[in-house]
Amino acid sequence: MTSGGIRPGSIKRAVAACALFALAMFGGVAFANPQPGQLNMTRGASEWSPEAYFLNNVALGVCVVIGILVFGAMFIAMFRFRKSRGAVAEKWSHNTMLEIVWTTIPVIILIVLAYLATGGLRTFADTTGSEMTVKVTGYQWKWRYDYVDYKGKAIEKVGFMSKLDYESDETRQLNSGLDPNAVKVDGYNTYLINVDKPLVVPVGVKIRFVITAGDVIHSWWVPALGWKMDAIPGIVNAAWTNITEPGEYRGQCAELCGQDHGFMPIVVKAVPKEEFEKWLADQQAQANPPAPAAPAGASTAAAPATAQATEAPVSQGHQG
Amino acid sequence: MAHDATHDHHDDHHGAPSNFFVRWCMSTNHKDIGTLYLVFSLLMFFIGGSFAMVIRAELFKPGLQLVQPYFFNEMTTMHALVMIFGAVMPAFVGLGNWMIPLMIGAPDMALPRMNNLSFWILPFAFALLLSTLFLPGGGPAGGWTMYPPLSLQGDSVAYLVFAVHLMGISSIMGAINIIATILNMRAPGMDLLKMPVFVWSWLITAFLLIAVMPVLAGAVTMLLTDKYFGTSFFNAAGGGDPVLFQHIFWFFGHPEVYIMILPAFGLVSEIIPTFARKPIFGYKAMVFAIASIAFLSFIVWAHHMFAVGLPLGGEIFFMYATMLIAVPTGVKVFNWVSTMWGGSMTFETPMLFAIAFVILFTIGGFSGLMLALAPADFQYHDSYFVVAHFHYVLVTGAIFAIIAGTYYWLPKWTGHMYSEFWGKMHFWNSVIWVNVLFFPQHFLGLAGMPRRIPDYNVAFANFNMISSIGGFLFGASQLIFVGVIIHCCFFSKKKAPDRVWEGAKGLEWTVPSPAPFHTFELPPVIHDEELAHGHVED
Repeated sequence: MTSGGIRPGSIKRAVAACALFALAMFGGVAFANPQPGQLNMTRGASEWSPEAYFLNNVALGVCVVIGILVFGAMFIAMFRFRKSRGAVAEKWSHNTMLEIVWTTIPVIILIVLAYLATGGLRTFADTTGSEMTVKVTGYQWKWRYDYVDYKGKAIEKVGFMSKLDYESDETRQLNSGLDPNAVKVDGYNTYLINVDKPLVVPVGVKIRFVITAGDVIHSWWVPALGWKMDAIPGIVNAAWTNITEPGEYRGQCAELCGQDHGFMPIVVKAVPKEEFEKWLADQQAQANPPAPAAPAGASTAAAPATAQATEAPVSQGHQG
Repeated sequence: MAHDATHDHHDDHHGAPSNFFVRWCMSTNHKDIGTLYLVFSLLMFFIGGSFAMVIRAELFKPGLQLVQPYFFNEMTTMHALVMIFGAVMPAFVGLGNWMIPLMIGAPDMALPRMNNLSFWILPFAFALLLSTLFLPGGGPAGGWTMYPPLSLQGDSVAYLVFAVHLMGISSIMGAINIIATILNMRAPGMDLLKMPVFVWSWLITAFLLIAVMPVLAGAVTMLLTDKYFGTSFFNAAGGGDPVLFQHIFWFFGHPEVYIMILPAFGLVSEIIPTFARKPIFGYKAMVFAIASIAFLSFIVWAHHMFAVGLPLGGEIFFMYATMLIAVPTGVKVFNWVSTMWGGSMTFETPMLFAIAFVILFTIGGFSGLMLALAPADFQYHDSYFVVAHFHYVLVTGAIFAIIAGTYYWLPKWTGHMYSEFWGKMHFWNSVIWVNVLFFPQHFLGLAGMPRRIPDYNVAFANFNMISSIGGFLFGASQLIFVGVIIHCCFFSKKKAPDRVWEGAKGLEWTVPSPAPFHTFELPPVIHDEELAHGHVED
């Protein structure tokens, strides 16, 4: 979506970087993947991600204003009340009115921030009304995605591992001699943030993620979606997203998970609904080929159960 | 409150024993043990710092150039453990050991032999911990937070657990000693609400230590039995829960954070009034704020866990409780500024570090407030934004306060003035490079760089390189500190007066410089105007 081609050409690159700086700061267009010189969070590309972005900006603004007041007062004090300028120390050490004021005002600011943040939390926690479920499982050091259901219909056998792409993996070896700057896709550097097989999802559909892990704790983080959620063995966490714009959104594992923690990226490829449905149908067809003859073992196992034994292995299969 | 000197009489003479081994290894003297703590923590500061140099060198540019990822993880883990348990905590205990008896008019700590034991455990604990780097299988690499199941994959679990046990025993004994000293050994007339803020901050910190170190000991013991004795406290396959560990750990871990900052508040509350030549603004409010922060520290632990999938109610509770901490912390900052307002300030090295503390710690507090907002934390969590946040509160917070306290009392300890020129060189180099080091890390986190990764996408290259340059120069600047200390101890010709700083108040300035081996063998007669908070009405 955004990967404006920044080439190694020096001046061009500097100008482009400045433009990106400005965009990053004042974020009209939301680009979702990290850019060189990026200074702030991005708005992201999902229905919920502007909540985190908005709260970040409000809190940052509040902190900057308070900082200017407090540090300003300090610097004035350091200038005016220097012994070298002949300042004589006063004796007071108390002012009830002032103390009440500067306890009360922060409380009011905090109440406003808490109100805003509570709204964001409530919408984030509401995973109801989703039209699609994807199960995410973290492993050392790759992700597994299983498509559970879509528009009320269960999806069978569509799932795959997603791991660091070959080019990044070659380049990242100690003293590989390969240049990380050369790992690019369409002019955008994807070193360590590209995978062999991205998670494909539709745009404009509320997707529920159920997130767990197979060995140690991982954390599934795509900044453009606005959140991360820990993937914990033995626990299934839920989160949701509704991506608003098509694009490739990149993220990384965010919980230390061993030696290759830095090398298990996430790529979410958001495509229009029709394209997704076609992709899904392809995947299902590959996973469940309309085999003319079911394997002998399977049919004998299923045979005693029902008279329609010949159909059983093809469309449904038996969940293990 | 009057009492006779209760310390043991193994050396009745007034000088220190001349035998090196007897003096340092068998010491029961609070000043010598304080010195041991401080020297030990300085050593650990450089060992932990060298690990940080390895980290910043590897992160200097994209691609792996120096170390394997597993070794990188060992470095991040050991850097944190050594800095927290080896550098910051012993430094505060050392300052407390040296200064609390002097500040309250006590002849020594209440339990001098236990004092010796609590120090001498530490070198063994760290020998155990650091030795893992040289053993097959390597050191702990699962992060200082030791989250299972990852931490259980390491081969050094037993070493780590026993080292943590030893550190915990040392801390608990030190805390008991400080509480016993402050509550029982104050000179007549040193009422609780006339004590220096530093003594108050240590009293409250000591209670935090006693409350939470056993919790940490329990958590790591469960790790040990999960690893070697077949239990399943944290093993989901055996009916346990990996998240349980995080709850227990952070129930220790959050008060631990304040154990590392409350004494810093105390130090700065001594130094700023001295160099502003004006009593501290709102003494009682300062003490009450420290106590409130200590109380709140027990009910905010799960803000470290906003991304583990807490229920909505839990997230809301811990978010609100965490935000509340901003109120007493704000009061402290406003009071420090008000102390400066209307003063007559000079800017010697301790004051410079104290002012830098107020500004930079506050920046760390601001990012802390941002992190408290759970929906935004879903983005910040485990990113470099967090790394920037806690280094602002720990390096420019805790460590700057320790450095300020060292410069403040060094003439009292050694009897000689340090070099003001080199002290200021140390200050300006530290304050510039530490910001070059940590400020860009905010941007990296906001752009999406996770923490604890040995390599990164080239989009993060610029700020990482700037950060590394700042890191190398900040590290090098600390060599100036060592130079100033060595010069002051052994070579300085300039004698320090008893009251080293013009505006200094408190009992520690009534004894000679250097402070003799034994002080206040008879309780001093206290005149309220000698005390910094002698007649406090507010």
